[in-house]
Amino acid sequence: MNLAYYPGCSGLGTSREYERSTRAACAALGVKLTEIPDWSCCGSTPAHALEHALSGALSARNLVGAARAGCDTVATPCPSCLSNLKTARHRMADDGFRAKVGRLLDESADKLADLPDVQSVLETLVTRVGLDAIRAKVRQPFAGLRVAPYYGCIMTRPADVMRFDDPENPTSMDDLLTALGAEVVPFPYKVECCGASYGVTRRDIVARLSGRLLGAARDAGAHAVVVACPLCQMNLDLRQTQVEWPGGKAVDMPVFYFTQLLGRALGVPDAELGLEQLCVDPGIAFRRAAQVVAARQAEEAAQAAKAAAKAAQARQAAAVNEGGRA
Amino acid sequence: MRIGVFVCHCGSNIGGTVDVPGVAEVARAYPDVVFSSDTMYACSEPGQAAIVDAIREHALDGVVVASCTPRMHEPTFRRTVERAGLNRYMFEMANIREHVSWIGKDREANSNKAAELVRMAVEKLRLNAPLYPKSFDVTKRVLVIGGGVAGIQAALDCADGGIEVVLVERESTIGGKMAKLDKTFPTVDCSSCILGPKMVDVSQHPNIRLYAHAEVEKIGGYVGNFKVDVRRKATYVDWELCTGCGLCMEKCPSRKSPDAFNEHVGVTTSINIPFPQAIPKKAIIDPASCRQFVKGKCGVCAKVCPTGAIRYDMEDQVVTEEVGAIITATGYDLFDYTKYAEYGGGRYPDVITSLQYERLLSASGPTGGHVKRPSDGKEPKTVVFIQCVGSRDRSVDRPYCSGFCCMYTAKQAVLTKDHIPDSRSYVFYMDIRANGKMYEEFTRRAMEEYGVQYVRGRVSMIVPQGDTYLVRGVDTLLGEQVEVPADLVVLAVGAESSHGAPQLAEKLRISYDNYGFFMESHCKLRPVETNTAGVYLAGACQGPKDIPSSVGQGSAAAAKVLGLFSRGRLESDPQISQVDVRRCVGCGKCITTCPYGAIEWMELRGEMKARVIETVCQGCGICTVTCPQGAIQLQHFTDNQILAEVNALCLS
Repeated sequence: MNLAYYPGCSGLGTSREYERSTRAACAALGVKLTEIPDWSCCGSTPAHALEHALSGALSARNLVGAARAGCDTVATPCPSCLSNLKTARHRMADDGFRAKVGRLLDESADKLADLPDVQSVLETLVTRVGLDAIRAKVRQPFAGLRVAPYYGCIMTRPADVMRFDDPENPTSMDDLLTALGAEVVPFPYKVECCGASYGVTRRDIVARLSGRLLGAARDAGAHAVVVACPLCQMNLDLRQTQVEWPGGKAVDMPVFYFTQLLGRALGVPDAELGLEQLCVDPGIAFRRAAQVVAARQAEEAAQAAKAAAKAAQARQAAAVNEGGRA
Repeated sequence: MRIGVFVCHCGSNIGGTVDVPGVAEVARAYPDVVFSSDTMYACSEPGQAAIVDAIREHALDGVVVASCTPRMHEPTFRRTVERAGLNRYMFEMANIREHVSWIGKDREANSNKAAELVRMAVEKLRLNAPLYPKSFDVTKRVLVIGGGVAGIQAALDCADGGIEVVLVERESTIGGKMAKLDKTFPTVDCSSCILGPKMVDVSQHPNIRLYAHAEVEKIGGYVGNFKVDVRRKATYVDWELCTGCGLCMEKCPSRKSPDAFNEHVGVTTSINIPFPQAIPKKAIIDPASCRQFVKGKCGVCAKVCPTGAIRYDMEDQVVTEEVGAIITATGYDLFDYTKYAEYGGGRYPDVITSLQYERLLSASGPTGGHVKRPSDGKEPKTVVFIQCVGSRDRSVDRPYCSGFCCMYTAKQAVLTKDHIPDSRSYVFYMDIRANGKMYEEFTRRAMEEYGVQYVRGRVSMIVPQGDTYLVRGVDTLLGEQVEVPADLVVLAVGAESSHGAPQLAEKLRISYDNYGFFMESHCKLRPVETNTAGVYLAGACQGPKDIPSSVGQGSAAAAKVLGLFSRGRLESDPQISQVDVRRCVGCGKCITTCPYGAIEWMELRGEMKARVIETVCQGCGICTVTCPQGAIQLQHFTDNQILAEVNALCLS
């Protein structure tokens, strides 16, 4: 596997902890990432809203760079980058579109016909590294940690472009987190929108949508929400004081990147995972998990004691019986 | 030879883009053509009369009609020339509508092409020879595949018409989907009360032989003389001895067998009679859950059976039946609702299908007719119905309308109010399609008298919330998003072709569409016939249909069979292969390539030669292209005739 790595702009800015933990977790799993030389922005949200060919060219430039570096696959942590790169690659099948992009990039259209495959880091880990290999390398499994995996609205959609997991009910992150020893709660809002960049212009929309997500996670009994998208993470983590929580406010739902939990389970030091960059104290989740474990142990102990007492009683009764017979 | 040419305008169908009089003019110069004219509608009565007159007046030996597809009117014109005293095979047709006028707009190019097609037909006709059909006997028995309401109706009508019927049903009881329904729309009368007597009639009719729990395995032969292998699958109960007393069901200790009749709502015993009105009312063992089969020990049913009917060692049995015609009434299956992951079907216990809900409503269902949620047995107070689940949705490859979901949803909403008077029902719909007799009135009654809330729009998602469900959708009339908290969600699943339908179609040598529904011979004028002679369609195997249409088509198919059998003998098609024994070298290549097994060996003065079995040959022509000697020729399509056509096109 010759894997190119596309960090994306947010990886160097708002979601630096996602970027760091992705690199650290991949290193711990022995996955070699080759950063695309001289990569540029994929166009993010504005480019494709303005001009499809421009958006395609921005993404194609990075894919061409990956191909030059000798890579057959590009992995990116950010779903928005993923969506742009994949859409660009998908559109290259159209001759007219390819010719337009070729003119913008000064590239031959033929070269653009065969661009590297694009995957999210999540897809790479689940499909290429494999859950069994990951499970084998887990050093500190999460005990008692209940998590709500949140995929966001664009990681699996549109289905015919993304071609990964179920578009409405994805399960890859669930499986990954289960492999790490965490307990996945039934979370029905896996692919609902958090409000995305409306946080800038219409905070009320984000407040309602993100609030619903956090409320559902809490109601499902989750100790933390786990995400794979910088924007989702920001809305859910940073805005907990702004969002409308159904049934009263609370600001204590940690929101992890899945790579942070993966790295932690693999034994990567917290400092390399950027846990300190999270707004809501991640320690809350681990303390709750510890409480669950303690409660379970106490119950088990009580059960054992009860069983022992019962056995002793039975022994005593038997002894009395025997004594009577004698 | 004296040939007459008739070029048809077909109104503006052909005349609009082809210079029809011009083509007729050109045709006058073709070899042997002594008469040529154009005609507005060649197939009409005056059009045919003109052909008859011309044949008599000009002493024609052969006729070419240039008009539509031979599929449509070749038989018509063959009868026309026959009326004028010609042999019906002294006729050729040039298709200048489907092959010319409907596909191009260039008038000059079209006219040239039409003239060339006419020339090919003339050249072929010059080599035509009169052919004479032979007649053969008909086995006056009919096979009906599928024992749903359409198959039952077809079987009863045929049997009442005095012919023997073999009815093959895949399940262990007849009745099909209708037997699972509680009530029927728009009259809201009890489904099993109107179907039940018909089912009993089937079991008691002296002319009907019923094979339940059986499947058609192999079909050979041709119209009038089909040979059908039916696999009678093992039931592990000797049905000759079983009286249907139900004692085995009472005593069976394995009570976790999936209850297929109740659409897997609830469980049943491993040995069971699917439902009280089952026909035949015989027990059957499900070996997947039976302890005797799984663990090798139990045998309770064998011990308690008063007639000793249990046979754990029973095996499948293949019986061969000879019939003269076949009616397929294999019905439909329901769309797999788990494909809509956003509705959570299969994940959320209280998101169920319409047919499952039908079983919950039914007095003979798993809850005795009390509507209870599968998750906790509580009575739902708010029921949301979602229509078009697997209908009119290209994203799941079901672009067609299933036709009956609007109506059964209205019926179920009405019944919900009857069962739970203080309940509320919501129906998310795309359009209401209520086009049958009294159908529109019924849906309006559901809205107006029963207060069912109809919301026009699709549901985007169903989310569990505590022990209820939040149904999120859009009201496209209000232009607003709506959220309805529901206790129970019923998905109005659409219809798709019965599983295994394409495989059966291939056995029957009939065509089927992209979705597995069987193709009728003509979508408007031959709706119950197929392109294979002697094979007829009834009910939803041809496309989604409600009960009245299925019954109507069952009767129509029966009428076709009775019509076919009313002729004592059938005529064989003379357009079949013929061996020139002087040329045949006895290599046997034709025998190995014939897909119908229509060629056999024969001994002729000490030499082995090929011989065509006339009644089996289908006239496909594969043997003629295989024969290295050119000794085997397809009548009416000989090598010389086809070469004449090619030469007409390429050399002239």
